[in-house]
Amino acid sequence: MSQPLTREQHLNLYYYMQLNRQLEERMVRLFRQNKIVGGLYSSLGQEAVSVGTASAVEKRDWIAPMIRNIGALLVKGVPPRDIFTQHMAKYTSPTKGKDGTSHFGDLKDLHIVSPISMLGDLIPVMTGVAMAGRYLGQNIVALTWIGDGGSSTGAFHEGLGLAAAQKAPFVLIVENNQWAYSTPVSRQVPVKNLADRAVAYGIQSSIVDGNDVVAVFNNTKYAVEECRAGRGPRLIEVKTMRMRGHAQHDPAEYVPKEMFDFWKSRDPIVLYEKFLTDNKIWDAKTKSELDAKIEKLLDVDQQFAEDSPMPPPEFAAEGVYCDGCHDISAEFKRPMSEVTPPGSGIDITYKLSDFPAGMGDAASVLKSANGGHSQHQKPQQKPQQHADAPRPVLHANPARQPNTVQQAKPAQPQPAPRPAVAPVPPKPVPPIYPEDEFVEPERAAEPEGPRVPFGRGPKDKAFRDTAEAKVYSRVQKGRNSAVPANGNSKNFTPKSPAKNFSKSGGAKSFGKQGGKSQGKGGR
Amino acid sequence: MASHFATPTAAPAQTGVTMVEAIRQAMMEEMQRDPAVVAIGEDIGAYGGAFKVTDGLLAKFGRERVIETPIAETAIIGAACGMSFLGLRPVAEMQFIDFIACCFNQITNFVAKSHYLWGAPVPIVVRGPSGGGVHGGPFHSANPEMYFVHTPGLKVIYPSTPADAKGLLKSAIRDNNPVLFFEHKYLYRRIKEEMPAGDHLVPIGKAAIRREGRDLTILSYAAMVHTSMEAAEQLAKEGIDVEVIDLRTLLPLDRDAIITSVKKTNKLLVVHEDTKTGGIAGEIAAIVCEGAFEDLDGPIARVTAIDTPVPYSPTLEEYFMPNTEKVVAAARELAKY
Ligand SMILES: Cc1ncc(C[n+]2csc(CCOP(=O)(O)OP(=O)(O)O)c2C)c(N)n1
Repeated sequence: MSQPLTREQHLNLYYYMQLNRQLEERMVRLFRQNKIVGGLYSSLGQEAVSVGTASAVEKRDWIAPMIRNIGALLVKGVPPRDIFTQHMAKYTSPTKGKDGTSHFGDLKDLHIVSPISMLGDLIPVMTGVAMAGRYLGQNIVALTWIGDGGSSTGAFHEGLGLAAAQKAPFVLIVENNQWAYSTPVSRQVPVKNLADRAVAYGIQSSIVDGNDVVAVFNNTKYAVEECRAGRGPRLIEVKTMRMRGHAQHDPAEYVPKEMFDFWKSRDPIVLYEKFLTDNKIWDAKTKSELDAKIEKLLDVDQQFAEDSPMPPPEFAAEGVYCDGCHDISAEFKRPMSEVTPPGSGIDITYKLSDFPAGMGDAASVLKSANGGHSQHQKPQQKPQQHADAPRPVLHANPARQPNTVQQAKPAQPQPAPRPAVAPVPPKPVPPIYPEDEFVEPERAAEPEGPRVPFGRGPKDKAFRDTAEAKVYSRVQKGRNSAVPANGNSKNFTPKSPAKNFSKSGGAKSFGKQGGKSQGKGGR
Repeated sequence: MASHFATPTAAPAQTGVTMVEAIRQAMMEEMQRDPAVVAIGEDIGAYGGAFKVTDGLLAKFGRERVIETPIAETAIIGAACGMSFLGLRPVAEMQFIDFIACCFNQITNFVAKSHYLWGAPVPIVVRGPSGGGVHGGPFHSANPEMYFVHTPGLKVIYPSTPADAKGLLKSAIRDNNPVLFFEHKYLYRRIKEEMPAGDHLVPIGKAAIRREGRDLTILSYAAMVHTSMEAAEQLAKEGIDVEVIDLRTLLPLDRDAIITSVKKTNKLLVVHEDTKTGGIAGEIAAIVCEGAFEDLDGPIARVTAIDTPVPYSPTLEEYFMPNTEKVVAAARELAKY
């Protein structure tokens, strides 16, 4: 249950967003001075996403950032110096120069899993973290982010499928910043909202204005609480905008200027500063104190990074294996007797009573669709909305209501979390793209025409006169002609190949023979 | 950490244990010993796995420790990796090892690099049935070990006997690094062996001398160890005294065992069921050239599968695979030097 934010929480959101921005702006300068090794990816304009989401998890929870989630790392407790040293490939960096950017983690204290460049890979990994935490009785939630572009990877779908099947306490933030490198979302993911995909996994989702840090925070907090209560996983689509090119080398000339202008007027930090002032949460003095604190910290940490040495070359050869350098242990917070025999033992036979929902649903769908006449029904023209979770909407104008909470109604009979400060009823979503750009997908027509039916050959009457049958028979003739004597397909197949061509030699003579049949196992 | 561990039950020595049974015993014993060990994979629960390797685990350890997954190999490896970050030691099953190609990225990019890059050990085991000779066709017979031998950070084990399979799998589960454990399905039920008593462990990275000899060394692993042994018996009748070495672990390789044997016999034949180009024979040849070139009395020879996918029809598969005759012929040629 969300509580209104305290003043301290409000100021923290500002502090981390501004720290995030100033840190990255400094790195842009360092990049121009050639002090950054490799590329530099900016999260300008997306600070509210990283900071709002990461502020909603607890210390014990686990996160895995993507490259534009430096703000999340800062919130979780990573000092700015680690970000500087990582980007400058210094020996003092968390990976000691072995990797750059936000590619580092901390298993023991901060509970951060390092990303790798392969988009989507963190989703199954964090599902595993969530499953392990539950098994160990730690009551933790795992959270990670994925871009609109990365949401098309196989790992995204495999991971989310497993998370859903396992009901894992896992929150996935889909960070829709309108662009994946140079390709707009509409050209990659032909659904109106990326959150729509959650329906296919049978999980709850919501959509939130990613430039409203309080909305992002409240929405995530709610999702985290739902997961902790065993009602996960959850997906949150956060709509925002990447305000620079993909990385420093990319001037983003493909982005319409008006689009940048529109989003510039919704800068998350500017909006939030106004909110803090309007609601008298701070005054000019507090702001300048916070800003000074940020500058001081960044001065010190940047200097530290610039003064740090590069790694000694031979260090490259170290650390491929863990040769006892790490103590691996699992922290069980539940009775061991529950997870060890005999306590862990179960009756593994499925009973009919294990399937009530499936049986019931199937029956009712058939009945309502066609009175039980036919098994086939026309697919519904419109994709169904989440039946049990009304889709939340964005604020009309987050500039005025930056703290309105926007989220799905809980599936369970539980009161929806209350907005933090001054609730305002949600208004329709402002179009980010013109509405008519989204074209409802046409249902593909049933494939027509003859196909080679699986398991049916030329003798099948329905198949015999089709075009494929003719091609098929040509192939058959070709095959037959390769057979020297009486080229007849019936005679061609050896009767019992396995018998004639058993493996000679090999293991048969070594040791005693095992069981009679080898068996290929199922496929 | 040690407090979680149950005292290993002093299992008595048994006779007639198959590879399948040996692997199952390893999993049972390790799961019994350490509650951090969990199993994850497709159909490994009620059905007990496609080859019944995990039969009985679900009833004993329950659904939290015997995790049945959707058909999603990337999710299996990803989740196993994530679980290991909290100190668990998942044993992931590939229903057939061929499907490991579907999670190649998770293994080679995430799992294998984590410790080197950011100091996160990934103590998982990925195991599954591999190898040909059972007419499984091109997608159920593969020997994909070399993709992974070429991946720093992994360990790769490919045992040839039930006792080794058990002892190496138990060591793999206790290892702090990701271990790929290949189980040759031709051997699953064809061989039986005496199983040593107690907490039977076999060290990773150590080859075994299966047969001592003076004239020529055959290096092999997995099912081809048996083929090589048979060839050695035949060659003995011709007066050629062959030493047969079972590599058991392909990464890290037991260089010392290889060099020592070559220095003794001065002739080396490598036999593997994997295809020729990029197979481990090439790597071994380089190791010998680096460490024992002066000791060689003949060229390093190899008998391997041919460079094609594993064909389905028995005549084709027989042509594809190495067999005793091919090994004997190659050894005879080498012995002439
Ligand atoms: C699997 C994979 N394919 C390609 C890339 C190269 N790549 C890196 S970032 C990126 C665009 C990502 O777009 P999105 O997921 O929307 O995130 P954003 O950059 O907008 O934050 C691409 C194609 C990659 N890292 N991983």
